[in-house]
Amino acid sequence: MRGRNTNSSAGKRGDSVRSDCYFEIELKNSGGVKLEIKSKVESMYGESIKEMILDMSKFFGLKDAIILCEDYGALPFVMAARFELAVKRLFPQTKKEYLLPIIEQNLYSTKKDQLRRSRLYLPGNEPKFFVNAGLHSPDGIILDLEDSVAPTEKDAAQLLVRNALRSVDFYNAERMVRINQLPKGLDDLKYIIPHNVNVILVPKCESAEQIHQLEKEVEKLKKQHKVKNPIYFMPIIESALGVIKSYEIATASKNNCALAIGLEDYTADIGTQRTNEGRESIFARQMLVNAAKAAGIQAIDTVFSDTSDMEGLRQSVLEAKSLGFEGKGCIHPRQIQVVHEAFAPTTEEIEKAKKIVLAFEEAEKKGLGVVSLGSKMIDPPVVKRAQRTINLAMMNNQISRDWRKQ
Amino acid sequence: MKLVKNAAGRLVPTEVNGQQQIPFQGINKYKPSGNKAKPPIRSCIDYPKDGNKVVKDLKTALKKAGLKDGMTISTHHHLRNGDAVTNMLFDVVKEMGVKNIHWFPSASFPVHSHLIKYLEDGTIHHIEGSMNGPLGKFTSEGKMKGVGVLRSHGGRYQSIQDGEVHIDIAVIAAPTSDPFGNATGDRGKSACGLIGFALGDSEYANRVIVVTDNLVHFPCVPWQIQGNNVDYVVEVESLGDPTKIVSGTTEVTKSPDRLLIAEYVAQFLDEAGIMKNGFSFQAGAGGTALAFAIFLKERMKKKNVKARFIRGGSTKYLVQMLEDGLTDYILDGQTFDLEGVRSMRENDGHVNTSPFTSYNFHGKGNFASMVDAAILGATEVDINFNANVVTHSDGYLLHGIGGWQNCLYSKCTILAIPSFRDRIPVIVDEVTTLCGPGELIDVIATERGLCINPKRKDLLKAMKNSSIPILDIKDLKKQVDEICGGAPAKPKVNKEKVVAIIKWVDGTVLDSVFQVVK
Repeated sequence: MRGRNTNSSAGKRGDSVRSDCYFEIELKNSGGVKLEIKSKVESMYGESIKEMILDMSKFFGLKDAIILCEDYGALPFVMAARFELAVKRLFPQTKKEYLLPIIEQNLYSTKKDQLRRSRLYLPGNEPKFFVNAGLHSPDGIILDLEDSVAPTEKDAAQLLVRNALRSVDFYNAERMVRINQLPKGLDDLKYIIPHNVNVILVPKCESAEQIHQLEKEVEKLKKQHKVKNPIYFMPIIESALGVIKSYEIATASKNNCALAIGLEDYTADIGTQRTNEGRESIFARQMLVNAAKAAGIQAIDTVFSDTSDMEGLRQSVLEAKSLGFEGKGCIHPRQIQVVHEAFAPTTEEIEKAKKIVLAFEEAEKKGLGVVSLGSKMIDPPVVKRAQRTINLAMMNNQISRDWRKQ
Repeated sequence: MKLVKNAAGRLVPTEVNGQQQIPFQGINKYKPSGNKAKPPIRSCIDYPKDGNKVVKDLKTALKKAGLKDGMTISTHHHLRNGDAVTNMLFDVVKEMGVKNIHWFPSASFPVHSHLIKYLEDGTIHHIEGSMNGPLGKFTSEGKMKGVGVLRSHGGRYQSIQDGEVHIDIAVIAAPTSDPFGNATGDRGKSACGLIGFALGDSEYANRVIVVTDNLVHFPCVPWQIQGNNVDYVVEVESLGDPTKIVSGTTEVTKSPDRLLIAEYVAQFLDEAGIMKNGFSFQAGAGGTALAFAIFLKERMKKKNVKARFIRGGSTKYLVQMLEDGLTDYILDGQTFDLEGVRSMRENDGHVNTSPFTSYNFHGKGNFASMVDAAILGATEVDINFNANVVTHSDGYLLHGIGGWQNCLYSKCTILAIPSFRDRIPVIVDEVTTLCGPGELIDVIATERGLCINPKRKDLLKAMKNSSIPILDIKDLKKQVDEICGGAPAKPKVNKEKVVAIIKWVDGTVLDSVFQVVK
């Protein structure tokens, strides 16, 4: 095979680069494959790096080429993605994919009503953040293909995210990918659907039609690749139009698990500034919560961008919780614990919920149609909310599963 | 060079630089006897009656001290990467045409790469001290004439007391001194805090030269180096670059993984019951150690716990704990930032210590073994809890031992380390160089969880219900290997050529560093 170019490069180089690598491939007419490897881990992994590059060269049919690899401690999944990209920049038409095995730890699926208090954004083209992200125990990890990736590196991020989904242990966090805005985002799907993604985040969503398009493409790819695990959608509402259409979007697919709001773009769209108080977005957030709840799915709040202000974050989560949100975006791992703590029910809430649930169960046992606590009548929505509080408290290890016996 | 297997199973030479060596025999198995070394008798009648020992320049001082080929010259490292005195010293030695000097620093820094040319031209024969950065590379490639000897701070003091190292001339850079030679480091334009690592040198060397850029009238009070031990005082324009005299490692880490490690360590001290009224701990500089101090402080405040003393490496974070009443004392071994220097001047509870008090193997006890918990780093740890701090996994010498080996004697030694760095596994099958035997290391704290040495059944029991993942170190290693793409290959070394040896705190040889083959 031969493209128009005879030279290509991919990856990152420079003294400040860590856990990444850079490839240059120059096609030749003869001489076989010649390797030049400069690696920070030469003495430890020099041989295996060489073997891997030769194996990939063979796989992609490179017979005569000079290959330069500058390695700054890239893990194998990163090296494979960077090399494949260099090849694909030479041969854009190739359909071949160099796939590393899917690690067993990642063969889990999630549920539509999964706990989604925190979701940690990771830039899709920065592999050094990937490997340990799950150790910080977010409910979800988002590999981002959209705003955090430079337009010229979208192809790099697609391969890197694909390889990460196969090779990086997510430690049971929900495996999320934020695709690009549709229709471009549809092209991202083939890099994620066959590789056990759990949730697709759909940015700047403005219509039900977009969700229909997405669903159609996802179903096609699932069938093609025999994917059995459910794949959920989380549309992100980031514009005035999106807010107005949020109920229509929320109900567009049975695979929608949540609606999220993105306030950076939204405030720009309505021509205002984002503030800590959030007065400018109160309508949008209430609308979104309302739409999500009406559709029976979760409402998820935007990110808190000041990573050094933990108290501000805590207040922001408490406010979001009071509006009906169930989750918050995180852009730094240190935010996760604060978010979880702030979303956790208070001791008073738990105690009150316990009484209500017990009263409800007692009433059910007795076949009573009415639940009462002392002299007060308890409405069904109150019971439902109490059950949810109890579930959340159990998930947060605030009470044990057999709390009734204690 | 004859190599034998020592009690740790490592191959070590029986003779180094013409001196017989004793292979490591096990922890606390080797106990030297006899008398300590002693400096020559001097008489005050040979020194100026007016107490003025100032001479024109360093060359004059070295001449008067009788400098000649093959002598041992010591320096100290309190000026860190801002040190100009050591470089100036060897410029003069070179100018005087003297050869084969044994350089005996308490540590070296990248600024001392200036000395590589003197190692190449035979001015310096070998280094006994740390071989950092470029000097480590030079040594590892087998370019040094003699064999390097690496010791801990305590081991350095022990070697002087044993007579294993006899210092002919000690050159002590002092940020403040009087003409008599009384000197201190906590004031002056080149203030670096303590200069305790030069204490043994001042007491045992044949001749002692104090170099200062802040000469004050007698008496310099308080003094840490006594003028009665000093032969000559030299005044210079500058001791070095004050911006680099304090350590560059005094910023708290921003890495989420390192913060997680620091948080785990603080949580561990709390949950294991170590953090209680009257307890003590040691934490040095470095991003993770500083973050640990912050997390621990929060827990201490919350539980109203006060420490009796903290061993430092003082930093602003330890100073805050002292000034907030969370500890009675900082027992300071070296000062890492300007807040530490200030506190040393201002706080009575901020106490100067030296390797004599804290780490000395020949002392009648020492502080290190009284510390409840020591939080340290490492470049590698193996599945038997053995640890390395001097070479990287590629076999190159990069760091000194510092007080690390001495601190292993604490009641609970915790190594706070990432499980891998980029693609370099930190948890390995066998350490490249053995610096700390596993039996002294109790806990490994990584971002993936804690590994507790199986011999510490008490700690395993205390942490049974902890929310911190408690891992078997072999399982952790397996995880790391899976991430990094298999177990790393061993560095290629020439087993025929020992370029440096690692001494244990008792003066025996713990391990060898072999020449790296490119």
